[in-house]
Amino acid sequence: MQALTTRAKVAVNKKMSFKERMYIPAILGGLSITLRHFFKKKVTIQYPEQTREFAPVYRGHHVLKRDENGAERCTACGLCAVACPAEAITMVAAERKKGEEALYREEKYAAVYEINMLRCIFCGLCEEACPKEAIFLTDEMVLTDYARKGFVHGKDKLVEPMDKDKRIDVSKRQTKEVAEFKTHPEFAHNQVYTKSLK
Amino acid sequence: MTFTAFLLYKALLVLIVFTISLVIAMYSTYAERKVAAFMQDRLGPNRAGPFGLLQPLADGVKMFMKEEIIPTVSSKFLFILGPSIAMFTSCITGAVIPWGPALHIGGNVYPLQVTDINIGILYIMAITSIGVYGIMIGGWASNNKYSLLGALRASSQMISYEIAMGLAIIALVMHTGTLSLNKIAAMQTGWHWNIVYQPLGFVIFLICAFAETNRTPFDLPESDSELIGGYHTEYSSMKLGFYLFAEYINMFISSAIISTLYFGGYHMPFIERLGMPENLAAILGVVFLFAKIFFFIFFFMWVRWTLPRFRYDQLMNLGWKVLIPLSMFNIALTGTLMWFFGRLH
Repeated sequence: MQALTTRAKVAVNKKMSFKERMYIPAILGGLSITLRHFFKKKVTIQYPEQTREFAPVYRGHHVLKRDENGAERCTACGLCAVACPAEAITMVAAERKKGEEALYREEKYAAVYEINMLRCIFCGLCEEACPKEAIFLTDEMVLTDYARKGFVHGKDKLVEPMDKDKRIDVSKRQTKEVAEFKTHPEFAHNQVYTKSLK
Repeated sequence: MTFTAFLLYKALLVLIVFTISLVIAMYSTYAERKVAAFMQDRLGPNRAGPFGLLQPLADGVKMFMKEEIIPTVSSKFLFILGPSIAMFTSCITGAVIPWGPALHIGGNVYPLQVTDINIGILYIMAITSIGVYGIMIGGWASNNKYSLLGALRASSQMISYEIAMGLAIIALVMHTGTLSLNKIAAMQTGWHWNIVYQPLGFVIFLICAFAETNRTPFDLPESDSELIGGYHTEYSSMKLGFYLFAEYINMFISSAIISTLYFGGYHMPFIERLGMPENLAAILGVVFLFAKIFFFIFFFMWVRWTLPRFRYDQLMNLGWKVLIPLSMFNIALTGTLMWFFGRLH
């Protein structure tokens, strides 16, 4: 069998030599190791002040996007819930009334949209499944809570703010390749959005 | 010096020594956590005050605020007596250590030592032996198996290592010809530190000092991973604090003793040649002694975060089969050398 590392040593039950039985050379060796670590650069990240650097495609807290006019993109089709391997997503669909065109992009929208953050495994399959470019994973962390209830995030925590300056940037996860893939005829209804990316 | 002035000066000295040992013990807990963290590539406590310097205060407040629990099945008097003895014995050993050369103020001589008894070393040995009672009584009075095991280990360990320690000191006493710590410190001028003449004795003494203060690799009485904390398993609040505190004071005192016995006490080579005024030299002497003490406190911590704990039989083997014969050999060697070369000083 091939060895996994080159560090493997065959254990031998030989008698220890006098030098080894004195232990003092070994102890001094150990002391020098700890002293070297004493002066090494520390690996601690002091959390609230410093944050760990994230990968550009980090998958964190979800966001429900709005379109250019500020209307919610989600149409409550349920594909994300079906795609979710952890079954963390639930939603209740509703029909758009007259006068609500500015709020919801299509005739059907999600009245309730909940993600259980304790179930979610942040795999990103929901954004892959979404035909409306509505759900994305961002580089934000999911905040902690004392009770389980607090981890079921509804639309109040998921939908991005209406204000144009406060929109959440997902361009890193929505690269050109993704956009190109979504120009496929079956996603034709998204062309307006994807064209703007090109 | 009038009697009142003498009394006042001694009281002041006692107060200063007491305060210093408490403050150093307090900040040793902080230093221990910092050293541990640094050796493990972490930062350690740094939230309470600048660099976490107020951490010992926060820990102290926490200790005082904790609920005081005395187990109903324990014997209450002994349960309280245990930590009291541990704290008391560790505080009174500082009395015989010469903290520096004498100060000369207005024609009077003020030695920086609370009391210069002519059997200083024996006094320290006696007090550390009483210190075992603190752990033993506390562990036994808790009426808990783990506490009892810890207490048993502590007493057998400390008694075994006291022998080797005493034998190492005998060689030193043969060499110096006195039991008074003041005289031992005073004779180590220049490079005549006792470590030069007693290297083997020093190694034995150092190992025994680790065992006497229950520090890793000899922390079997506590051994959190197998005895849940050993003799202080049942203790809470400030009584636990006393036990932990006593350990740090012991560490400080044994560092002071090691520096005094083997590392020239308040002496530093070449400093006498500068021809400084007497009082300035005395104060510098105190600074040198404390520098040596801090180095040894650091060494205690350094070893703790390097070595794993001994197994119990290994501990006993080392104590009885290695250190005692070695210290006897050291006595014989010292005697032979003195026979040929006379007193080396």
